[in-house]
Amino acid sequence: MSNTLASSILIRVRNLTRTYKVGADRVYALRGINLDIKTNEFVAIMGHSGSGKSTLMNLLGCLDRADSGTYELNGIDTTKMTASQLAHIRNQQIGFVFQSFELLPRMSALKNVELPLIYSDVSFLRRRKLAMQALERVGLAERAHHKPNQLSGGEKQRVAVARALVGSPSLLLADEPTGNLDSKTSEGIMQLFEKLHQEGQTIIMVTHEADIAAHARRIVAMKDGQIFSDQQASKGADA
Amino acid sequence: MRFLLRTPLVILRLLIQSTLLAINQIWVNKTRSILTTLGIIIGVASVSAVIAAMDGMNKKIMENFEIFGTKKIFLWPQRPSTGPKKNTPWWDIRFRTQEFEGLLEHCPSVEYLSCVSDTQNINARYADRTVESVRLTGVEASWFKIENRNIVMGRPFSFLDETQGRKVCIITADLRDKLNLDNNCIGQSILLGYTPYLIIGLLEDKPAMMFGNMRENQYEVFVPFRTINKTDFQWFRVIASCKNAEVAEEAKAEIQFFLRRSRNIKPGEPDTFGVFLMESEVQQFKKVMGMITLVAFGIVSISLLVGGVGIMNIMLVSVSERTREIGLRKAVGAKPSAILTQFLVESVVLCMIGGAIGVFLGHGFAKLISKSAPLMEQTQIPAWAIVLSFGFAGAVGIIFGMFPAIKAARLNPIDALRHE
Repeated sequence: MSNTLASSILIRVRNLTRTYKVGADRVYALRGINLDIKTNEFVAIMGHSGSGKSTLMNLLGCLDRADSGTYELNGIDTTKMTASQLAHIRNQQIGFVFQSFELLPRMSALKNVELPLIYSDVSFLRRRKLAMQALERVGLAERAHHKPNQLSGGEKQRVAVARALVGSPSLLLADEPTGNLDSKTSEGIMQLFEKLHQEGQTIIMVTHEADIAAHARRIVAMKDGQIFSDQQASKGADA
Repeated sequence: MRFLLRTPLVILRLLIQSTLLAINQIWVNKTRSILTTLGIIIGVASVSAVIAAMDGMNKKIMENFEIFGTKKIFLWPQRPSTGPKKNTPWWDIRFRTQEFEGLLEHCPSVEYLSCVSDTQNINARYADRTVESVRLTGVEASWFKIENRNIVMGRPFSFLDETQGRKVCIITADLRDKLNLDNNCIGQSILLGYTPYLIIGLLEDKPAMMFGNMRENQYEVFVPFRTINKTDFQWFRVIASCKNAEVAEEAKAEIQFFLRRSRNIKPGEPDTFGVFLMESEVQQFKKVMGMITLVAFGIVSISLLVGGVGIMNIMLVSVSERTREIGLRKAVGAKPSAILTQFLVESVVLCMIGGAIGVFLGHGFAKLISKSAPLMEQTQIPAWAIVLSFGFAGAVGIIFGMFPAIKAARLNPIDALRHE
């Protein structure tokens, strides 16, 4: 718990539902989610496949739209935004880390990290500088000019984290960030996340692995499209 | 205000970024890109080569028109095919010189006027040299101005030469050489037929023409009109010129009006003379040429459209290959408009590269045509055709790139990211 910091509500989710059409049927992926997340929290969302955790993740990341309910990010209601406005929110407020890294293979690590800034109003030189700083934060400055295929899995994910951080987002969203990594490398990434958390970064991480989730300070468990449990982890429980 | 100033800059930056990205993308897929643009290359090459050939031919023909004189108006007696004068004897139809008196004063669009006698073939002799069948024509001094033939030595016919029908002549330089006259032959006498004529002027040779020059090897000699047509009993025709090409039709109308009055043609009766405007031939030719160019352009444009379909095909492939990339770009904040621009620019750049290669190839074709085909030595791609070809290629890029680009822009980010 980070009660010591003056924390405000970053995410306010009310009665969020999301359904999918499967043939003629409507399948509920989310059935009325209520969730508040404060600034500087490190939250893990857990659940089995089909529990709705990925759907929730997509909604929190403004990649998808809910059928009903509201989602406020930093006090702004995103429910009725256009695709273009959502893109702007993603660009300015959210950094993504994916399970399979999603680095563009032909670009250097630096170029990959620069990518979000290309879509915001940042000049070329400043882009370079910010990207380099982000790479330094994840400890990969010396690999800046390597292509993704010259990097190890852990390094790739670090580049992806740097890309997520480069725009100074209010929220870092990680979707199974260690899913494609061995346990030793996973540990390294988790330590990076903890470091970022200590630096004040709000992180939401979706995972199905309990030992990865254990790094978070709060664990939200999901089942059948609903929040099943929401508990604070004991502070300082470094695995 | 700040916003207004910034917006174009932001758009410009987006375009530059998209262009760099597109060039990179095309470079990565070199072979595929070249094969794809082959249609555009061939299309643009043929469009520019056809325009070049058309343009070259047009220039050549126009040049010949210019040499021949586009301001000329020909007048000749003509028996009408209808009306009461249908069966008038030719004798009564002929021109009389007094019918043309005062024409220049009454026809403001007409610049010069000259009566022209029938041309005779005659033998020219000087000392022991004889040149057979020289073309002898009786003209007035203004004839040389109408025909744009310069007197390089000596003088033109004077008022006295003309009114008294003096036995003076103006010959061409090639006839002078053929007769073995002195270089400065002014003042020497030659025999035309059996009559001695005094040479008063030397004419530059006739400029070479592309067609209609069967009498090319014939020598010319000119004498005052009255020297040949001593009376109005002899047949003659008239040549005139208008002040400039724009007033050609006016000049024609003025002459018709004037001649109908001086020849006592009653209203409603057909003309008893013919008028031929060189300028209207030029206009006609331009019209036909424009039509041919348009049709040829249309036909070769089809190849550009076919090329466009190829572009669309490869752009669709590109969009589906890069679905995950599109998903990622969207996730990190690319707006639909940015994705649309990226793919549209890629398609346009692809077409522009094709266009550049095409113009280059077309230039080669044009060179080849100008070297190999007679009358086409002026074949080269005009600047406007290059601009047009590029514009067309760009338009093809936009039109055929639009559908794939919209497809990419509309992709749902999650679906795109999950795409395998």
